[in-house]
Order: sequence, then structure tokens, then C-alpha cells
Amino acid sequence: MKNIVKRILVLSLILVIGILATGCGEEKATINIYNWGDYIDPSVLKDFEKEFNVKVNYNTFATNEDMYISIKKGGTSYDVAFPSDYMIERMIDEDMLEKISKDNIPNLSNIDERFLNLEFDPENDYSVPYMWGTVGIVYNKKMVDDPVDSWNILWNEKYKGQILMLDSQRDSLAVALKKLGYSMNTRSLEELEEAKEELIKQKPLVYAYVGDEVKDLLVGEEAAMAVVWSGDAVAMIRENEDLAYAIPKEGTNLWFDNMVIPKNGNNKKLAEEFINFMQRPEIAARNTDYIGYSTANYKALDLLPEDIVNSEVAYPTDEEIGEREIFKDPKDFLKVYDDIWLEFKAQR
Amino acid sequence: MVGKGSKKLYTFLIFLFLYAPIIVLIVFSFNNSKSRGTWNGFTLRWYVELFKDAEILKALYYTLLIAILSAIISTIIGTFAAIGIYGMPGISKKIVLNLNYLPVLNPDIVTAVSLMTLYRFLSIEFGFITMLLSHITFSIPYVILSVLPKLKQMNKHLAEAAMDLGATPTYALRKVIIPEIMPGIITGALMAFTLSVDDFVISFFNKGAGVTNLSITIFSMARRGINPVINALSTLMFISLLVLLLIINSRSSKSISERGDII
Amino acid sequence: MKMKWTSYPYILWMIIFIVVPLTLILLFSLTVGEEGGIGNLQFTLDNFKRFLDPKYIDVLWISISLALKSTAITLLLGYPMAMIIAGEKPSKRNLMILLFVIPMWMNFLLRTYAWLTLLGKNGFINYILTKLGFAPLNLIYNDRAVLLGMVYNFLPFMVLPIYSVLVKIDNSLIEAAEDLGANKLKVFSRVVFPLSIPGIITGITMVFMPAVSTFVISRLLGGGQYMLIGNLVEQQFLWVGDWHFGSAISIIMMIFILITMAITAKFDTEKEGGGGLW
Repeated sequence: MKNIVKRILVLSLILVIGILATGCGEEKATINIYNWGDYIDPSVLKDFEKEFNVKVNYNTFATNEDMYISIKKGGTSYDVAFPSDYMIERMIDEDMLEKISKDNIPNLSNIDERFLNLEFDPENDYSVPYMWGTVGIVYNKKMVDDPVDSWNILWNEKYKGQILMLDSQRDSLAVALKKLGYSMNTRSLEELEEAKEELIKQKPLVYAYVGDEVKDLLVGEEAAMAVVWSGDAVAMIRENEDLAYAIPKEGTNLWFDNMVIPKNGNNKKLAEEFINFMQRPEIAARNTDYIGYSTANYKALDLLPEDIVNSEVAYPTDEEIGEREIFKDPKDFLKVYDDIWLEFKAQR
Repeated sequence: MVGKGSKKLYTFLIFLFLYAPIIVLIVFSFNNSKSRGTWNGFTLRWYVELFKDAEILKALYYTLLIAILSAIISTIIGTFAAIGIYGMPGISKKIVLNLNYLPVLNPDIVTAVSLMTLYRFLSIEFGFITMLLSHITFSIPYVILSVLPKLKQMNKHLAEAAMDLGATPTYALRKVIIPEIMPGIITGALMAFTLSVDDFVISFFNKGAGVTNLSITIFSMARRGINPVINALSTLMFISLLVLLLIINSRSSKSISERGDII
Repeated sequence: MKMKWTSYPYILWMIIFIVVPLTLILLFSLTVGEEGGIGNLQFTLDNFKRFLDPKYIDVLWISISLALKSTAITLLLGYPMAMIIAGEKPSKRNLMILLFVIPMWMNFLLRTYAWLTLLGKNGFINYILTKLGFAPLNLIYNDRAVLLGMVYNFLPFMVLPIYSVLVKIDNSLIEAAEDLGANKLKVFSRVVFPLSIPGIITGITMVFMPAVSTFVISRLLGGGQYMLIGNLVEQQFLWVGDWHFGSAISIIMMIFILITMAITAKFDTEKEGGGGLW
């Protein structure tokens, strides 16, 4: 018994020393990247490490909200993060972002003007566009025989237990608000209460409120329809041809994920180097091809396969998008949104 | 009490319940499809991808490193603490034991957010250090709780006798007490290691840039559809664990059966 | 032999990492105001008052009832199992205990996620059901799935402490009772069961605690439809960022659990912490 104990101890010590030894390599500059899960081609990071002789610390988050909290309160310093529109607005307001020196990002010229100077960052002083898209309904053609052109179908009794909603405050409230014909940026308590009631009414029909696992569930045909971001729809349709994507006529949410440099980062120069690197046409094309989302880099489009560039799902025309709204930060109204969502979630 | 057959059946059903999900994980690690719904033939490609996946390998590295370090540190601190607590007079013993119970009784999530608040209060940057400190903190009480009963079982006069015979307190500690409570220490160390490997909640709240463990990686992967690479990883973990434990068990079963209990 | 000094490093550790953090949480729960300095905080009881709203009480109630159910089920399933193992020959029971411990070494999230594969609409169980000619069932994203996840994850925590107490029971006690004419049922109810109570208490503690505070199981197997008290804390700390309200909920959860412990400890015949963990 004692011998074995000793041997285990010695073994584990050797292991620790071995692990520690492999852990500390030579001292290189490091850059901390904070991105959504599955939102980059990992080989791009390798290439960046090689070319600039640095070490990339890559971290992922699941929602804008948890990214915001971990930068604001988490005490971690990230050099580059990838928030969406309304969150960028909030972070600018709260003085959490570093101004980007545009001279250091020559590849800014590769970005389609449609994605520049938008309301949440009027001069693009703080953010560089990465991906964009819409929100719509992805459905299985074998399981849904009604026309899918309205958010109303998500309230159709016929599909009880086959509907997936997003477990995300802004997105799910937006669906209910749009169904009722209101703005998804509403600042009216009554409208939000009404939207909450709609969502509660819908609860018995919903199979689950999900995050990115929606892809798995639809490709595996466990549900008939789901509210998704367009990029995920592209990825899903690639894997299951019976799936289709529709933008409801009441209107969609047009969203943009941009790259920003948080104020508590340690290496602004390198962060700008990274952002510029990400906007090289061939790098942007590789990322786009890998994740399925729609790039804001128009030069990358030439390098992508035709079927992607011509896809209505990934690159809809203005007409195909139809009615649209961009999320705004609720600012002082945020607490109302939080409360409404909490009340809905706590409801049985 | 009950028939032998029904005992066997009951045991079988319970073990089936315990192992069915694991067997499914193992089977699907060889499935030639990313989806978990369908079987598309045998493949080893997830194992190949596993050894190329930098994210998972890094998570595995931190998981093992933190588990081993926290097991060693908490076992050392905890064993000495238990010996000290055992010798304490009534009241202070009670206070220390009750405080010691707090992290055990407290829900993980309360421990997690309280530590998170502490680190933020002290402005410690979240990362490897915060995670390691947290793991040591929640492991020590378990070490103490597994060493204390062995101290109680120990013959009280053993150490005194040794010292009467001229042993210094440290010598008595090393040669008499520690060997006597060794099973408890090993239980504690194994427990600390297991808890550390398995921990999600406390790590999740106290992680930082560049440092994640397997649980956190799996959680973020679970939120975007399971990656069969993780199935492959758990298969390898499961099999190596099984082999290791069976070897230890068979080699030490003799001495264990004399002592009457394992671990 | 007195060797108090060996515990001093841990007492220091305990103060820094157990006492201070909990004090901070308590402080946060009793204040409001932007963080950034203790000086900016204002004393208030609003965070606790807010929790008295029926919707939060409801959340607490759901969490408690699910945790109680899962504790009861693990006890009913686990006690006979512990008895069976304790009744085996030493070599065999060591193997069986080992088999119980191994799944605990597997990652907790993996174990939970694996159930999705079994329970899903097109999952393994429904596959077998349809092959046998039955209609597929809705097994996942409901109460039962969350309950199952809890029972699965926490069963070893019930079996191991009960086993460790049962295995220590002196056989001569049982033989003596039998010699005095007690039948098997009586031996169990008068000798074995009372002696195993410390193990049961430890088991209940170890199952109820994580069950009442979990947020992962409800998140993965409940399909985001179940707001348990743990989810509420997680949401406040990581999503909403209201650490004051989050701290208040944590304090409530903690007090509730300490009260539960005090009550169960009353049933504990053996003082000083019961039958140990294993």
C-alpha cells in the first residue's frame, strides 16, 4: 500500500514538472482575443502567430451580455473583442473602448460602405466590421407545410413541441414585438408587457429555448422550426438540404458584429495589427467560408465560391431583407428589459 | 434479505443507469457523422481531430495542471489542519470545523460568486491563479473531512507512547501518525483531484483570459451543438482511468481487504 | 498529543478565502450603488425586499421541490444499492465501489450532455421505442429530464456515505440480534437502519445541496424553460451584472441551506459531523 502511494506521488510530481516545463516556453508578446464560439477559422490564428511572432490567447463567449460583464466586472483584460451593434453603443457610452487609429488599419478600405458609419458607431472610431446578418426562421420543408412568411407561425398550435426559440433576451423579445407590430427598440412599458404576454402564451408550444445548439437540433430534425441568425442558417442548410430560411414580412433584425479594442487591454498596437490582419481579403474569405456567416469585406467576396456569394440567405439584397431594424442600446430602459425577460423566464 | 436473483438484477439496472450515457458517448465517438441522431458508420477521424484541436488540448492541460497542483497543495494543508484540529480544545475545534463545513455545505454557486467578489475586491486579475486558489479552497475541507475520521479511529495513546519512548513530536508525526492516517490522506487527495477535474461552477465564475478547463470548454461547446471530438476525448479519459484504477485495485486489493475498505 | 499549530496555515487560508468572501457577499446584499469603492455603497434592504416578490418566491419553491424529489429518489434507489454492496465479499465490494466512483471521474457536463443523446426526440430511447412499435415520447426539456439529470449525477453521493457506514457495522451486532430471535426485518429496522442514519444524513446533505443550487442541469436538460434559483444567481452575476441582488439571493440560498442542515443535524444521533463522506 505504502509503496503504491509513494509511486503515485512521485509519478504525479514528475507529471507536474513535465507539464510546467512544457507550459513556459520562450517569452513572446501575447494578445488576448475574445470572440463568439465557433466564429473564426482556427488556422487563421496560427497564421497570425507565425507571421507576427506572438502568442494568441483565444477565448470565447456565448452572448453579448456575458462578454460585457466579463470585460466590465470580470477583471480580465482582452485586446480584441467582437460585440454586436447595440453592445458597441453601450460600451462606447460607458467609455470602455479604445479609439482605433485608422492609419493602422489600411484594410478598412476593403469593407463595404454599407457597413461603415452606422448609428451605433457613427464614425467607426471604435469598431471595425466583421460579420453581419439578419434574424429569421429556419424550418424543415418536410415538417412544415404552411407558408413561412410571418412570425405568427411560431404561435401555430399545429407545431406544438416543434418550435425552438432563442434563449436571448433581445432576440426573443424582438420576435414578439415585431409580431405585434411594434418596434424592437420600444421604450413603452405597455408594449413590452404585451410582448411578454405573447411569449408566455407561446411557452407551451416551444420545445426549448436554446443557444447555438439550435444547429444540432435542426440538422438532426428534432424540431421543425427555429428562430436563428442567418449565418447559422447557412451552416445548417449546408448540412441538411431539407432546411430553408425565411425572413418574416413583419420585419427582421439587421445585426453587425464588429471588432473592438477594450480599454483594459494591454497591447493596442498588436490589437490593431490583428484587426488589420483579419480584414485581408484572403483571411476574411477563409473565415467566412469556415463559419458560414456573411462577411463585411467586399474584396473577400471575390475569393469565395459562387454558391455562397449568390446565396439569398447569406447575402440578401435590400429588397429581400425588407422591413428591418437595428438594435439600439436601451440605456436607462435596460432594467425594464431585464425585468420583463426575468418575469417571462420565471413564469411557469 | 431478498433473493439473490433480484439483488443481481437491481445491481445490474443501477449500473446500467450509471453507465448507459457513458457507453453512448463512447459509441458515438466512432460515429462518422457530426450529428448525434444518426449512425453513419465507423470512423476514427474524431480521434485524429482531437490531437489537432488546440482549444481542447489547452483546456486538458489546464485541467490536469490545476487538478494535480490543487490536490497536492490542499492535501498538504488539509492533512496538517486536520491533525491540528484534532488536538484542539472543544470550542475552537467546533468553530473551525463549522467554518470548514461552510464550503462543503454552501452551494457551489455561492462559493463561486463569493470568491469572484473577493478577487474583484482585491483587484486580482482573473486567470490561472484565481482558478487554482479557488480549487484549493474548495478541496481542503474535503481533505480534512476524510482525514479526521482516521484520526479518531487511531489509538490515542499511540503517538503519546512514541513520544514517551523519546520521539520528537515531528518524528512521531512522520513515523506514527501519518502512516496511521494514510488511507484518509489518500482518500482526501483523490477526492481533491476528482473535485477539481469535475468542477465547472466555481471555475466558470473565476476563469480568465487564456485559461479555461475542460468543463468550461465543454459547456461552451454544448451551447453550440456537441463536438464529437469531445466524445473521443471522454472515451480516452474513461478508458485510461479504468485501466489505471483496475491496476491499482488489483495490486492493492490484498492489503485493502486486510484493512477492510478501499480509499 | 496536542499539535494545534499545524492547523494555523489553514486557519489563515480559511479567513481569507471563506470568511472574507462571505462577508463581502453579505455586504453587497445589504447595499446598492456602483461598485468601485466601498465608500460609494449605500445601506438598504431593497435587495431582500425585491426577492419577496411572488415570481422569485416561485422560483425558490420550484428549486426546492425539484431538489427534494431528487433527494428522495436517490435515497430510495441508493439505500438498497449500498446494502447490496456492503453485503458482498471485500474484494467484490471494492470493485463495485470503484465502479460507482468511475463515472464521477468523468466530466460532469459530459455526463449530463450524454443524456441528450439518449433522451432526444430522435435519441436512442425513442429509436428503440419506435423499433418496438411504440409512439416516440417527449422525454427531454421538461421536469422529468431535469430530475433524471439530478438523480444521475448525484446518486453516487448518496450511495457512498451510506455504504461506508453500513460496511463498518459490526457483524456480531447483527448476529447477536438474530440470536435473540429478531427476524431479518427487525434486524434491519432496529439495528442496521438506526446505525446507518449518519450515512443517510451525509447522503441527503450531499445530494440536496448541489440539486437545489444547480444551474447547469436545468440549463442543458430543461431547454432553458426552467428558471431555478441557481440560474437566477448566475443571471444576476454574469448576464445582468446586478451583483447586489445576486448577493442577496446567494445569502438567502445560504441561510436556507444552513437551516436545512441544522434540522437534519437534529436527526443525527452521532455528534460531530456524522459518518464521513465515504
